[in-house]
Amino acid sequence: MIPAPFDYVLAESAEHAIGLLAEHGDDAKLLAGGHSLLPMMKLRLATPAVLIDVGRIDELAGIAADGDDLVIGATTRHADLAASELVRAQAPLLAYAAAQVGDPQIRHRGTIGGSLSHADPAADLPMALVALAGSVQLQGPAGTRSVAADDFFHGYFETALQPDEVLTAVRVPRLPDVPWGYQKFVRRSNDWAIVGVAAVDGRIALANMGPTPLRAHAAEQALAAGASPAQAAEHAAEGTSPGEDMHADRAYRQHLARVLTRRALEHQAG
Amino acid sequence: MTRIELTVNGEKRSDEVEPRLLLIHYLREVLGLRAANVGCDTTSCGACTVLLDGRSAKSCTVLAVQAAGQEVVTAEGLAPAGDLHPVQAAFRRNHGLQCGFCTPGMVMATVGLLGENPHPTEAEVRAGLEGNLCRCTGYHNIVRAVLDAAETMQAEVGA
Repeated sequence: MIPAPFDYVLAESAEHAIGLLAEHGDDAKLLAGGHSLLPMMKLRLATPAVLIDVGRIDELAGIAADGDDLVIGATTRHADLAASELVRAQAPLLAYAAAQVGDPQIRHRGTIGGSLSHADPAADLPMALVALAGSVQLQGPAGTRSVAADDFFHGYFETALQPDEVLTAVRVPRLPDVPWGYQKFVRRSNDWAIVGVAAVDGRIALANMGPTPLRAHAAEQALAAGASPAQAAEHAAEGTSPGEDMHADRAYRQHLARVLTRRALEHQAG
Repeated sequence: MTRIELTVNGEKRSDEVEPRLLLIHYLREVLGLRAANVGCDTTSCGACTVLLDGRSAKSCTVLAVQAAGQEVVTAEGLAPAGDLHPVQAAFRRNHGLQCGFCTPGMVMATVGLLGENPHPTEAEVRAGLEGNLCRCTGYHNIVRAVLDAAETMQAEVGA
């Protein structure tokens, strides 16, 4: 499969990329690792006229501590996120989530900014960002704004990112030594979650239980009121209306959400 | 057309390419390097795996322009003509293949894996090759080959 023709521009800085977006508007797409975009272009589900390559912009890469947060450049690759000593120590759930994406080859190419912008509700990093109460930095012609994870995901493959903006960085709070749990249920190695659950610091996020990663609010409230993990987990699917496909119907997904939430709250990863 | 300069199997290249040209097609059709195969063409099977700056990547999901400035290694570039890389030798010794279609990708993924983790456990080998599908072998001999390769390469380093 071969993508439709496009013009290729290598962006030299975030500002350059924003200028190019302003120039080309909706005809343009940003390219970093390309592991969400190129498959869509090969299927001609996406046919951008211009690809703006942000994959070589130094200022968009790298991981650093900043006060109470970790700041992760948008083009940081999953393998580097997973291997980062800083992330493993300060936001271990995020490092673990990055290590669950796809397979080694995919993790060598795919980027955190790409995965979050693509916003597949079954994906690992969007769920992890919601669980961690992280945020994204969006830079556009009017400046930079910060959007909380809870407000960033709007629907299937839809986010708050505007066509003239670049997702430049991701922030997550530093939570060393805070117990966490991560559960991803798949039938095949290397697949997207049929249902996923990430729990940390009283927050619970669900993957593939709706059009965006969701908070399990009722279960969180039960926990805060003193319920045991098993009791709280019984509320994990409340208010959800997950889609149905060949892997699971709605009732089974809701069952999985409850079981996986209990396991995640017992601070199990895996 | 965009000009790209890169190194492929140690040789410097400079070529005019269409931006939409995939790295796998650049390697196979422009350079005539046919070891990397197009299998699923959807980033799943790993038959097109090559090393990009030392890390395994699926070349069906990389544009040739994205490889500009980088070092690409395919199975053809692992050892001088007539020789076998220790990973290739271990696959042969352990019969880590049947039809052979997935083998160049398996070998390149293995070289990448052992670069990152020279002493993998069997579980780490299986997880490390989860991006490579073999429809013939059931994987057992492939896993044996990787563990054998790790041992041989360690013995060579130690020697």
